[in-house]
Amino acid sequence: MGKPKVGIFGLTGCGGCQLEVLNLEDQLLDFINAVDIVHFTEAISEHSDTYEVALIEGSVSTMHDVERLEHIGKVAKIIIAVGACACTGGLNCLKNIYGTEKAKVLVYGDKKDWIDAIDTKPISDYVKVDYYARGCPPTRSEIVDIVRSLIVGKTPEISSYPVCVECKRLGNTCLYEFGISCMGPVARAGCNARCPSVKSGCEACRGSIDDPNINAQKDLLEQYGLTVEDIMEGFNLYNACVKLEQKSK
Amino acid sequence: MATNLNIEVSPLPRVEGHGDLVLDVKNKKIEKLQMRIPESPRFFEAMLVGRKYTEPSHITSRICGICSVAHTFSSIQATEDALGVKVTDQTLKLRKLINHHECTQSNCLHVYFLAAPDFLGVGSVVPLIKTHPDVVNIAVNMKKIANEIVRIIGGRAVHPITTVVGGFTKIPTEEDLLRAKDMLISLYPDLETSLKVLKTLKIPEFERETEYISISNNEDYALYSGDIKSTDGWTIKPQDYLTKLVENVVQHSTGKHCRASRDSYMVGSLARINNNFSQLSDNAKTYWQEFGLSVPCYNTFMNNIAQFVEIVHCVDDSIKLIDKLLEEGLDESKSMVEVKAKAGRGVGAVEAPRGLLIHDYTYDSDGRISKANLIIPTNMNYANIENDLAALVPAIIEQSEDEIRLACEMLIRAYDPCISCSTHMLNVELINK
Repeated sequence: MGKPKVGIFGLTGCGGCQLEVLNLEDQLLDFINAVDIVHFTEAISEHSDTYEVALIEGSVSTMHDVERLEHIGKVAKIIIAVGACACTGGLNCLKNIYGTEKAKVLVYGDKKDWIDAIDTKPISDYVKVDYYARGCPPTRSEIVDIVRSLIVGKTPEISSYPVCVECKRLGNTCLYEFGISCMGPVARAGCNARCPSVKSGCEACRGSIDDPNINAQKDLLEQYGLTVEDIMEGFNLYNACVKLEQKSK
Repeated sequence: MATNLNIEVSPLPRVEGHGDLVLDVKNKKIEKLQMRIPESPRFFEAMLVGRKYTEPSHITSRICGICSVAHTFSSIQATEDALGVKVTDQTLKLRKLINHHECTQSNCLHVYFLAAPDFLGVGSVVPLIKTHPDVVNIAVNMKKIANEIVRIIGGRAVHPITTVVGGFTKIPTEEDLLRAKDMLISLYPDLETSLKVLKTLKIPEFERETEYISISNNEDYALYSGDIKSTDGWTIKPQDYLTKLVENVVQHSTGKHCRASRDSYMVGSLARINNNFSQLSDNAKTYWQEFGLSVPCYNTFMNNIAQFVEIVHCVDDSIKLIDKLLEEGLDESKSMVEVKAKAGRGVGAVEAPRGLLIHDYTYDSDGRISKANLIIPTNMNYANIENDLAALVPAIIEQSEDEIRLACEMLIRAYDPCISCSTHMLNVELINK
C-alpha cells in the first residue's frame, strides 16, 4: 500500500506497547522512514486526523475511550489491535470481576461520581479489528511484521499453535517437571515461549489458541495434582473479559 | 505581552494517559490554574484484592510500561515485607542492576527524546535525526544498551519476567554480565559528548524552594531501597508513610494530589540529588558540578540535568555491582529463597525514575491480598507542578503568549510526568480573551 499514513493511539493501558515501538531502536529509524507516522501521542507533537492505518493500544474502560475509538474507527481503513489490553481487554478486566461500581467506591470513596469508568472491553467490541498483535507486551518484531506485511500487500502470519510447540522447539524442560503451573498447552504462541524459557509459567497473555485442546491441559493438570480452578485463576490475569463459554470451548 | 490569557493544553495525560493544563489569566492575575487529569482510572487497588502473593508484581508492573521494573520491585518488596521473606545478597545486587537500567532507559528517553527538542526549538525528536544525528544516535544506543541489560537479567525489557517474590526464576550467566559490563564501558565517550551538548542548552532560570522527598540509606545512592527522607528534616520507615504523606481526591484529576510537611512536595531525580548528593559516584558529582550546580538546587528545570547525571551514576554503579557479582561468583542456589503464605501487612518503597513509589499490601493467611494501597510518583508531583506554575506565570507575564505557553509546558515536562503526558503537552490550544 505504498507509504501508509499511520496513527498510533493509546486508550486505557500502561503505554508499554507504544514504548515497545520506541524500543525498536535499530529498526526505529527505518520504521519511521517506511511509514508516515501522523499521530503518535507518546513521541511526536504534530498530529493529523488523516490516516489509513491505526495501531491501537489499551482497552476501552471509559466513555471517553468509546468516543475516541469510534472516531478512529471512522477514519482508519485498517485497525491493528496492539497488546493484550486492546486484543482481549487484558489485565484491566480484573476490575470487571471486582465490580466497576465497587472499585470506584474503593479507590475514590464518596468522590466516585467524579470518575468516568465503565466495564472494560476489548476494542473489537466497538470497531472491526483487522489484525491482532497479541501479548503483554507484544514482541517488537511482531508489530513490525504486521506493518511490513501491509506495506508489501501480504497477510500477516499469526501463530495458531500453543506455546508448548515453541518450548519443544527450544528444547526447554517442561515447567510442570519443576512443579510450576503453566498455560503453555492452551495459550497462543508467537512469543517464542519467553516466560517458560526463563522458568516462569506462561500466563496466556496472548489469549488461547482458537481451538484449545482443553482435555490435554486437564490431563496434564491431573497428572501433576492440579485443578482446572487453579489454572483458570491464572488465565484470568489477561483474559477475564473472554467469556466463560469461550474459555471452556 | 499577555494581560489576559486562556491557555488550554489538551489532551495531556497522567502517569500514563491524558490530562489538560488550564490557565486563565485576567488583568495579569491568575484566575484559574489547574492540571486537570481526566485520564482513565485503572483501579489497581481493586484488581489486586483476592490475588495470590505470586501475582501482584506481574499485575502492578502493568500500571506503567515505562517504569514497570520499579512497580515490580515496589510490589515484590511489599510482599516480602508482609511475608517476612529475606532475599540473598546476590538477589539484591541483581535487582539493583535491573533497577539502574530502567532508570537509565527512562531518563535517557526523557532527556534526549522529550526534553531536548524543547531546548533546540523543535516539536519532536524526528527533526533532530537530521540536525543532530550524533546526539540521536547516542540516545538510541544508550537506550538500547539499558533495555538490553534489563532484558538479560529480567527476561524482557518491558514488564520483566524473572523477578519474583523470593528472588529470580533464572539468573544471568557470568558471560551475560561481562557482556553487560562491556556495553556499559562503551557508553563513557557518549556521556562525555552528551555533557558537551547539554551544557550548551539554555535552561530557564526559575527557582522555587519546595519540600523534596526521596528514599535514602547509609549504603548507597538510594534507588532500590531505603527510608523515606524529606529536606524538611524528617526521615521515616517506609511502613510509616501514612504518618507523613497525605493523599486526597480533587475534582479535576483522577490522579490524587499529595502533600507532606507543606501543601506540596517534589519527587524524582532532583529530589534524590538534593537528598543524597554525597552518595553519587565521584564521576556523577563532577558532571553535576560541570553544569555549575550545587545542592540543594531549587530550579525545577534542572530536573532534566539531574536525570542525566543519574545516568552517569547508574553506569558507574552498575559496573561496580557487576564486578562484585563476578568476584563473588554467581550461584544458582542463591537465586531463590523459600516463600510461605502468611497474614500480615508489608510496604515497599523504591525510586521509580519519576520518584518515590510506594506499594502497601495486606495479606490474609492464605497469602491473598485483602487490601492494597499504591502511591504513584506522578500523583505526588501534581500539586507541586501547580504551585510551580503559579510562581512561574507571574514572573514571565510580560512575555508573549507563545513564550508563556512554552515555558509552562517545559516546566511540566521537566517533571517527566510520563512519556505520553509530556508529549501531549505539545498540542496546545490557546484562546485569547
